[in-house]
Amino acid sequence: MSETLQNQPIEYNMKVVRQFTVMTIIWGIVGMGLGVLIAAQLVWPELNFNTPWLTYSRLRPLHTNAVIFAFGTSALFATSYYVVQKTCKTSLFSDRLAAFTFWGWQAVIVAAVITLPMGLSTTKEYAELEWPIDILIAVVWIAYAIVFFGTLAIRKTSHIYVANWFYGGFIVVIAMLHIVNSMAIPVNFIKSYSIYSGAVDAMIQWWYGHNAVGFLLTAGFLGMMYYFVPKQAERPVYSYRLSVVHFWALISLYIWAGPHHLHYTALPDWTQSVGMVMSVILFVPSWGGMINGIMTLSGAWHKLRTDPILRFLIVSLSFYGMSTFEGPMMAIKSVNALSHYTDWTIGHVHSGALGWVAMITIGSMYFLVPRLFNQKQIHSIKLVNVHFWLHTIGVVFYIVSMWISGVMQGLMWRATNADGTLTYSFVESVQASYPFWTGRFIGGVFIITGMLLMAYNCYQTIRAGRRETAAGNIVQTA
Amino acid sequence: MSNFWSAWIIVLTLGLLFALIWLLRWNMKNYTDVDEGQEMDHEFDGIVEVNNPLPKWWTYLFWACFAWGFVYLALYPGLGKFDGLLGWKSSNQDVQSLAESRAAMDASNSEGSIVQYDREVRDAEEEFGPIFEAYAQTPIPELIKNEDALEVGQRLFLQNCSQCHGSNAMGGPGFPNLTDNDWLYGGTPHDIKTTLLNGRQGNMPAWSDQFSDQEITELANYVASLSGRERDPELVAAGKKNFAVCSACHGPNGKGNQQLGAPNLTDNVWLYGGSIAAIEETLHYGRNGVMPAWKDILGEDKIHVVSAYIYSLSNDE
Repeated sequence: MSETLQNQPIEYNMKVVRQFTVMTIIWGIVGMGLGVLIAAQLVWPELNFNTPWLTYSRLRPLHTNAVIFAFGTSALFATSYYVVQKTCKTSLFSDRLAAFTFWGWQAVIVAAVITLPMGLSTTKEYAELEWPIDILIAVVWIAYAIVFFGTLAIRKTSHIYVANWFYGGFIVVIAMLHIVNSMAIPVNFIKSYSIYSGAVDAMIQWWYGHNAVGFLLTAGFLGMMYYFVPKQAERPVYSYRLSVVHFWALISLYIWAGPHHLHYTALPDWTQSVGMVMSVILFVPSWGGMINGIMTLSGAWHKLRTDPILRFLIVSLSFYGMSTFEGPMMAIKSVNALSHYTDWTIGHVHSGALGWVAMITIGSMYFLVPRLFNQKQIHSIKLVNVHFWLHTIGVVFYIVSMWISGVMQGLMWRATNADGTLTYSFVESVQASYPFWTGRFIGGVFIITGMLLMAYNCYQTIRAGRRETAAGNIVQTA
Repeated sequence: MSNFWSAWIIVLTLGLLFALIWLLRWNMKNYTDVDEGQEMDHEFDGIVEVNNPLPKWWTYLFWACFAWGFVYLALYPGLGKFDGLLGWKSSNQDVQSLAESRAAMDASNSEGSIVQYDREVRDAEEEFGPIFEAYAQTPIPELIKNEDALEVGQRLFLQNCSQCHGSNAMGGPGFPNLTDNDWLYGGTPHDIKTTLLNGRQGNMPAWSDQFSDQEITELANYVASLSGRERDPELVAAGKKNFAVCSACHGPNGKGNQQLGAPNLTDNVWLYGGSIAAIEETLHYGRNGVMPAWKDILGEDKIHVVSAYIYSLSNDE
């Protein structure tokens, strides 16, 4: 299939890219919709309808799994398969394995959608799925690595483009994290116990947890950024050497940052200190990525005025810069003493997830969908613009609400009276948070509305593409 | 930590930092064969990269963070076994028991070393200890006339006790109501304080092995009738025959025994629910109630104030 003569166009495998692209949009709506539902449950608890599988405790892990592994990871599959083919000028290493990764990954997600509401959980955050599903994830992931690195190996270009360094780094490290953290002894088909215990278990979990953020939600999406930003801006990447420094510094520092989730716990002091130092230094290479993306626009700033797709991509980088400044600050022990266990953490995560990850993905999807489905551009640029504003306003609503409630909770928890007793009981801080939880819910409604517009816009684009293909009118897309 | 692991940590930590410094310095020079500001000689699907230098201010930021990192690792524990120049510790992380913790705390305070947790506890003791010491001088029946003391007691209750007994102290299934003047272990100031200091373990044995389901239903009906509730007289009469076993703890007329914490069965106050089904469940499977000991957590002076608050709930003038 990939047998191409010099002058003939390369037959890329776009089928698997199309499949993952469509599922990215669908899972995005499911995952974010669940987020809006559980945000509403915090304000109106009766929305669980006294039904066990609709309770917050079971839907919250489903929400995180759906946005990280269904929405985010499908987006990474789609874009990495697209980018690696285009920048290596070759088709995928194995179409059959690629198809297996698609169906295997969808099976993982469907298994999560069934088991998490049933209450089956390992209780490890972002790694709640039970051992049979973990094994399936590992198998699919190794297949993914074979397809990706196999494609790099058969590339027709002399160098490997920087986007592929990031995708490659993300694929290798996620395999390592997932396998090490999921080590467990099964009791039966639906229950297992971690092989780690105590502080070691906590450390392994947050080594995994923070690097799921660092590699899946950061490195992977930086790969996306390095292709779609210069493509959409039609500008060269700002600095080759900056990409070299920030790539190596980013991946080597991230892997140390996990202990900042365990400040002031039973984790040994030295581990906490080293984790904090590396987390703070990490701020600089993170900004290296942001600078390289935003400066790629130099000479083309005017395009932001007319191109909402580019706006999605560039604003995502601003959120990336903001949350990678905030993160290292929160990793400092004395700041963490205020922020830890409060809504501030939730706000921080969502400025990364909704601001950075979702916006770079949405921008890339608007770039990809017309190209994958034989159209010159998206059905309605106007709707993309509406989506941009809905999303941006939603994210700002969300994170500002969480900043206020987070800092307020932290201050209430540490307030003491003249006799040394705590001024507020816990439930008083819960009560004080209600207005901000309502604010978050409203932000969520904005975001999910934008996602539904996106689905409609993409659907219309795909339909028009199908119609024209049927009529034999093939648009050459590059 | 063994010397090997200490060295391992130090080598990896410093090794990474120095490698990154080398990486930064290497990329601050133009080592490519392309002039600065020119495009690199490879192109990927139409994307080219410019050989721009690293932004100056960004490299300064990098140096500043490295410098800060080294200073921090010199001052605080981080590099393996090295304690840091300040000698700071978050807490005595190696202690295995309360006794060891106390000893370590005394040692660190007398040596003047900076163990953050110990210092905070000591400072709090110094500042707030006298307030509670003063309250503890007043007997509880007197103390409940002191509004300030009751307010302090209520705050301590809300933070430490309300998780089980509820914010209004009215309890819930399995957790006694503290406002109804019905006491499992006695309601004198002394009794309440003893309960708080040392905790309590209430144990109702399971009777499934001794009695048939029918006998348990009969017993449950008899027990329910003790509070004056209308029950089937036949079941009540049958249950009464077997009640002798229960009377060992609950007394021949079911009035309970505060020495054992055996509840009074005649007052229609039910710790685990008073429906026939709930009483049957109690008889079938038994119950285990645990009130933790607070002596080591709050200390005697604070417990005195909390006891006063609890006493006041059912002994207001």
